[in-house]
Amino acid sequence: MTALLAKRRHPMAAVLVLAAALVLVGGLYVLFAPDSRADVQTQTSTQVAEGKELFTIGCSSCHGLNGEGVVRDDGTVLGPTLIGVGAASVHFQVDTGRMPMAAPNAQAPRKSEAYTDEQVQALAAFVASLAPGPAIPAEEQYDPTLGDPARGGVLYRTNCASCHNTSGQGGALTIGKYAPKLTGVEPIHIYQAMLTGPQAMPVFSDAVLASEDKRDIIAYLKTVEAQPDPGGLGIGRIGPVSEGLWVWIITFGALIGAAVWIGAKSS
Amino acid sequence: MSHSSEIAPHDPGTAPATRGVVLTDPGFKPRPPRLTDTDPKAAKRAERIIAGAFGLSTLTAFGAIVAYLALPLDGSLQRLQASNLALGLMLGLSTLLLGLGAIYWAKKLMPDTPMVQERHPLSPTPEARQAALAEFDAGVEESGFGRRTLIRNSLLGALVALPLPAVFLLGDLGPTQGVAQVKAETLWERGTRVVNDVTFEPIRPQDLELGQIVNGMPASYKDIPEEDHAERLAQRGKSSVILVRIDPADLDDATAAMGIDGILCYSKICTHVGCPLSLWERTTNNMLCPCHQSTFNLAQGGRVIFGPARRPLPLLALEVDAEGYLVAQGDFVEPVGPSFWERERV
Repeated sequence: MTALLAKRRHPMAAVLVLAAALVLVGGLYVLFAPDSRADVQTQTSTQVAEGKELFTIGCSSCHGLNGEGVVRDDGTVLGPTLIGVGAASVHFQVDTGRMPMAAPNAQAPRKSEAYTDEQVQALAAFVASLAPGPAIPAEEQYDPTLGDPARGGVLYRTNCASCHNTSGQGGALTIGKYAPKLTGVEPIHIYQAMLTGPQAMPVFSDAVLASEDKRDIIAYLKTVEAQPDPGGLGIGRIGPVSEGLWVWIITFGALIGAAVWIGAKSS
Repeated sequence: MSHSSEIAPHDPGTAPATRGVVLTDPGFKPRPPRLTDTDPKAAKRAERIIAGAFGLSTLTAFGAIVAYLALPLDGSLQRLQASNLALGLMLGLSTLLLGLGAIYWAKKLMPDTPMVQERHPLSPTPEARQAALAEFDAGVEESGFGRRTLIRNSLLGALVALPLPAVFLLGDLGPTQGVAQVKAETLWERGTRVVNDVTFEPIRPQDLELGQIVNGMPASYKDIPEEDHAERLAQRGKSSVILVRIDPADLDDATAAMGIDGILCYSKICTHVGCPLSLWERTTNNMLCPCHQSTFNLAQGGRVIFGPARRPLPLLALEVDAEGYLVAQGDFVEPVGPSFWERERV
């Protein structure tokens, strides 16, 4: 003991004491730590709390402090209520950068996202905690490799093509609104859009358009997107419109130019 | 160049001020000669270019024969494409070079000064007129057209009678019996379930969320035999519907009475020229037609708010059957789709 005491000023002594203390605390933690389920709950409630904090800073000016929505004095809606829209809706709007909106316009355009993946999950957890709503889908629900593109094509042309065009190129709606392009969109976001009906888009709930139907539609879209353009130029892939314009402007323009050259006086 | 004219050459000093005076002719603006007109070397060069184009045209024509012989079709798609490409290129180049050579010839070497060609009077000389009239009179006399009145009158009668059958044949284009009935009737009758198109799953009210749209068909559509294409197409054009769920607070009373808790069933066929509609903006309740942008407000009984359509979208009255699925209360009360000749006003 005296030998140990004599060495208490040794440079390594403090390090040893610290290591011993860490081992002791770690051991005690393993012995008395709460079980894993309680741990998950703690984590979720932390996520909700974190989400509420982010929501208060980034979303509440339009959607209200508790997601109840804000109506302007003239009766128009500044931000709709988010009670019951579910985690899927939040994940779609925030992960595609549509929310937070840059300005209250006819439609929120797609832009680079403002939040990290964890923050998006936290926001979604907070809004989902307000009232039950559609959850973020699992990967096997939207994995295009598991879907049937042929069946998806029939469903797509029946339900989606009238707004989004047969090859997913989008189209115009009224007063500045539009159906966006579906090329280059993550499968999870296509699924969530059908599930929640963002902005002017109608809802296609799982009860009517089943999860497998949605997956088939995504498979169709991804198959069409991967198709090569014969001739090397897709010219917008919007069919006879752009092809007609090409013929009328480029080809007929060349023919008119040739006619002018034939008729021009030689020098 | 023969430039003989009654019109006097332009002379600003004697410009006419009264009627009856011959108008002055502005004439042609003189043009500087072309390089090929003055420089024999340039003319020679142009000649060589033109001859070269014609020579190349000859070569490519033979090239087409060579391509035909060198690439015989063996049944494969690749060979067919290669053969088509080679033949098309050779024949196209041959024609193009021929044309380019001819145009270049005309532009560079042929005379390019304006020419005037006098127009001759259209009326013949009095002698020629007299001769023609005498010939005509002789013909009438010899044929006996004026003398043999029986033949003349029966001929006129036959000519008048010939177009008469057309009046009766064209009558078939007019209103006909029974067509209005066929066009007005759809598959919907009391108790017909509204099912999802493509999957043919029946729908319960609780399956539909606010802002939901369903492209629907009558359940009985499935029973039409697959091979009866005409009937299946006809029913697609008449019986297709769209189900939407709108907040009941947004609906007017007459519209709300046709649905269940804001669930409305509209005809999918545009009343303008019959395109299938399903561009619905849930935020404004506008339903757009993709063909001519007719816009219907689904919260107000399908009222037309924009575009060429003149009648509102027909509504199908809904109820719920014993098993809780959405069914029709009966057929549409008016013919769906575009107007037609025999359509009765409702």
